[in-house]
Amino acid sequence: MSGPFLPSVASAEDSGCFLVSLRLRMPAPIRLRELIRTIRTARTQAEEREMIQKECAAIRSSFREEDNTYRCRNVAKLLYMHMLGYPAHFGQLECLKLIASQKFTDKRIGYLGAMLLLDERQDVHLLMTNCIKNDLNHSTQYVQGLALCTLGCMGSSEMCRDLAGEVEKLLKTSNSYLRKKAALCAVHVIRKVPELMEMFLPATKNLLSEKNHGVLHTSVVLLTEMCERSPDMLTHFRKLVPQLVRILKNLIMSGYSPEHDVSGISDPFLQVRILRLLRILGKSDDDSSEAMNDILAQVATNTETSKNVGNAILYETVLTIMDIKSESGLRVLAINILGRFLLNNDKNIRYVALTSLLKTVQTDHNAVQRHRSTIVDCLKDLDVSIKRRAMELSFALVNGNNIRGMMKELLYFLDSCDPEFKADCASGVFLAAEKYAPSKRWHIDTIMRVLTTAGSYVRDDSVPNLIQLITNSVEMHAYTVQRLYKALLDDISQQPLVQVASWCIGEYGDLLVSGQCEEEEPIQVTEDEVLDVLEGLLVSNLSTPVTRGYSLTAIMKLSTRFSSVNRIKKVVSIYGSSIDVELQQRAVEYNALFKKYDHMRPALLERMPIMEKTATNGPTEIVQTNGETESSDSKHMPSIAQPANQANDLLDLLGGHDVGPVIQTALPTKPASAGGELLDLLGDLSLSGGPAPSPTPSVTISQPPFLLDGLSSQPLFNDTAAGIPPMTAYNKNGLKIEFTFERSNPNPNISVITIHASNTTEADMTDFVFQAAVPKTFQLQLLSPSSNVVPALNQGNITQVIRVLNPQKQQLRMRIKLTYTYKGAPVQDLAEVNNFPPQSWQ
Amino acid sequence: MHVTLLTRLAKWYMQFDDDEKQKLIEEVHAVVTVRDAKHTNFVEFRNFKIIYRRYAGLYFCICVDVTDNNLAYLEGIHNFVEVLNEYFHNVCELDLVFNFYKVYTVVDEMFLAGEIRETSQTKVLKQLLMLQSLE
Repeated sequence: MSGPFLPSVASAEDSGCFLVSLRLRMPAPIRLRELIRTIRTARTQAEEREMIQKECAAIRSSFREEDNTYRCRNVAKLLYMHMLGYPAHFGQLECLKLIASQKFTDKRIGYLGAMLLLDERQDVHLLMTNCIKNDLNHSTQYVQGLALCTLGCMGSSEMCRDLAGEVEKLLKTSNSYLRKKAALCAVHVIRKVPELMEMFLPATKNLLSEKNHGVLHTSVVLLTEMCERSPDMLTHFRKLVPQLVRILKNLIMSGYSPEHDVSGISDPFLQVRILRLLRILGKSDDDSSEAMNDILAQVATNTETSKNVGNAILYETVLTIMDIKSESGLRVLAINILGRFLLNNDKNIRYVALTSLLKTVQTDHNAVQRHRSTIVDCLKDLDVSIKRRAMELSFALVNGNNIRGMMKELLYFLDSCDPEFKADCASGVFLAAEKYAPSKRWHIDTIMRVLTTAGSYVRDDSVPNLIQLITNSVEMHAYTVQRLYKALLDDISQQPLVQVASWCIGEYGDLLVSGQCEEEEPIQVTEDEVLDVLEGLLVSNLSTPVTRGYSLTAIMKLSTRFSSVNRIKKVVSIYGSSIDVELQQRAVEYNALFKKYDHMRPALLERMPIMEKTATNGPTEIVQTNGETESSDSKHMPSIAQPANQANDLLDLLGGHDVGPVIQTALPTKPASAGGELLDLLGDLSLSGGPAPSPTPSVTISQPPFLLDGLSSQPLFNDTAAGIPPMTAYNKNGLKIEFTFERSNPNPNISVITIHASNTTEADMTDFVFQAAVPKTFQLQLLSPSSNVVPALNQGNITQVIRVLNPQKQQLRMRIKLTYTYKGAPVQDLAEVNNFPPQSWQ
Repeated sequence: MHVTLLTRLAKWYMQFDDDEKQKLIEEVHAVVTVRDAKHTNFVEFRNFKIIYRRYAGLYFCICVDVTDNNLAYLEGIHNFVEVLNEYFHNVCELDLVFNFYKVYTVVDEMFLAGEIRETSQTKVLKQLLMLQSLE
């Protein structure tokens, strides 16, 4: 046994024989190679762990003995075990001891250990600072190099602060080996402690005049880092642009230089870094950009593109051209380079090109358009990231001219792509179609295609959007509902499709049954078949609750469009006891509609008017619709009625009276061109502008939709009318208007008046509109009338509900205005109603 | 095909805990090994990107910022591998295992503070030989 073991034998004599014998038998620590070989023979994880633990124990005891000779070997073994994933922190201090040693091998392993085992968070690393400081001033450059390297890799902010001065000194030496390391070490220092940047400024003066490529390279990196971090530095270094340009030029022009050559191109890494620095310097600075133009063009045209290296340089060049203020010719050149990249066999290059094109498509749209067909081809690429880029780029390139062709490709892509793309692609298709659709039919066809191929991936908010779109394409209703019906027959699993289809069938079922389609061959379908389909949706397992709601409502709507009302009544009453609360509520309300408010049913279930797109997504303020509301967000509220105009008109009516604002609802509208007609109605009234009063009692639309919205959800109509006698408010020219009264249950201040208009003459009164105004202390709300035709000879009457809020319990007075068309001629009349029975307002 | 994860060498230029390091290595491994020849050599990873290249049974991965030049780093990897090849005379995986500390030296000669330091293969090799003579 060698020296170190003797003292231990001597000291252990006191402890007893047992210890001595143990010590004597301890062998020298095994060599690193041995250890590695041994561990590799382990066949299981457990075996390996056992070996490692044994070795760790040996190393630990060796450390305790302060054995200098083998410390290096032990630490190396420890590092290997650490690399395999085993804990090794007990070796940290040993690393420090190794660093402090004079032997190079010790230092080497010590620094390696420091880099692997120590990090900022251990306090131990601060102890290294002094060692590093000494080593930075060592006589051997390799030791200095080691120190710089370690500092540059894991130096903490405190260490950097302490040692920055040394690094700066080394930056100025003539030893290029050290200068390189010092430069990158400085980069690290700056990253950790940005305030120290100033310190390195003087040293940078001569960096670029170096001939040594390595130094040049690292200097450029250092300059780049400084410019990226500080705008002042940036302006300071702008004056270096000519020098950089010169260096780049030399690189390209000079002949073959074997040292830095990579596949025939001299020092591509340096070229790339210089280009990057130029990019930062030239950004938003005209002079610098101009100085660079020539060299960029030169690099772009002269670089070999057959190998990856050349392409790397070209790529950096393109990035630079796009970022600085280059002239347009140069930009076109850059985009053409990218276009060439797209044709390259190497998928890396294609990917890189697509990424850059995506960035530039906004600014250089036309130039990118030229490469559209290549981009579209990339949709068929096998790599996922390429496909995604190609898809985004394709959507960005769609415009009015190429919409048909592009959409064909994109729809084909939608069919075949992975599920992760489908949602985005579908939304993109919808957006593009909305912006650039060449015809309504094409638009609807496209939507149908998306719904049928990718229906389940379509986003939730597209359903209301689509419904709105369909409603507004009036002439396409028959065609749309026919196609949707056919799609439903094929497949009811895709919920968005089913929802849109059932909504349409509900709205336009009559068109479907009557076979009115012009665009394509009308199909023959009976009412029962349609109802079968809708009922099928209700019971199917594939339908979500939302879809069921849609189909129930659709069935209900058909009660006014189809003749088989009894069947519908049956369905609706069945679902009155459904477990699903949503369905139950709807069914109950529809039942009520059949039973008590049958007179209102036609009006309520009328066609939806054309919706104007509201900017907001939430519940809209003013109006209730004539038909139903959807379960989705209420973007469909028609902004038809101009209550303000009506109110003001009545204010004119009542002249100097102290009349308060009148709140009115949307008037009943005909199916087509609803809004226009209403405005015509009001056309002959003097419409003076004024702010629309905010409607107070109207119910804001929210889930769940209430069919009879406008009416409060509490039972409004008190069947026991509390004995308030009806009264005749108006009776002239054969038109009789009767008021019947009820008290609103929860709020005794609200009187509910139902007007009944009847016609004793022999001709119908059409376009009947009833308007009312009350004094200021009252508030009034008019709900939708049941219709606007008063049939002749008392064959029927129009009913309309008025709600009056009378908080001060004053005597109720009312001014009414009636307009209608009688035998082709418009009739208008005003009247005052003062004979309200006291019970109605007390 | 079952692929066991064995990290032959890992160099960190940012601070991480041991657990974080392990987790990162596993994530990188998961992301990179599922890709085959028809994929590009670039993968988005957290808010960085990984540039990798496969040589026989070894993957060489570099994790860089999104703004860095993919193709240039790909060349950097190749440069590094060529140096290893020269230094170890037709390098094979076992060389890297048994001489891991020497491989670290090569890494340190060519990369520092997370950036490419020396690109000339001849220069690097010369320095490596010098260092070796000091042992």
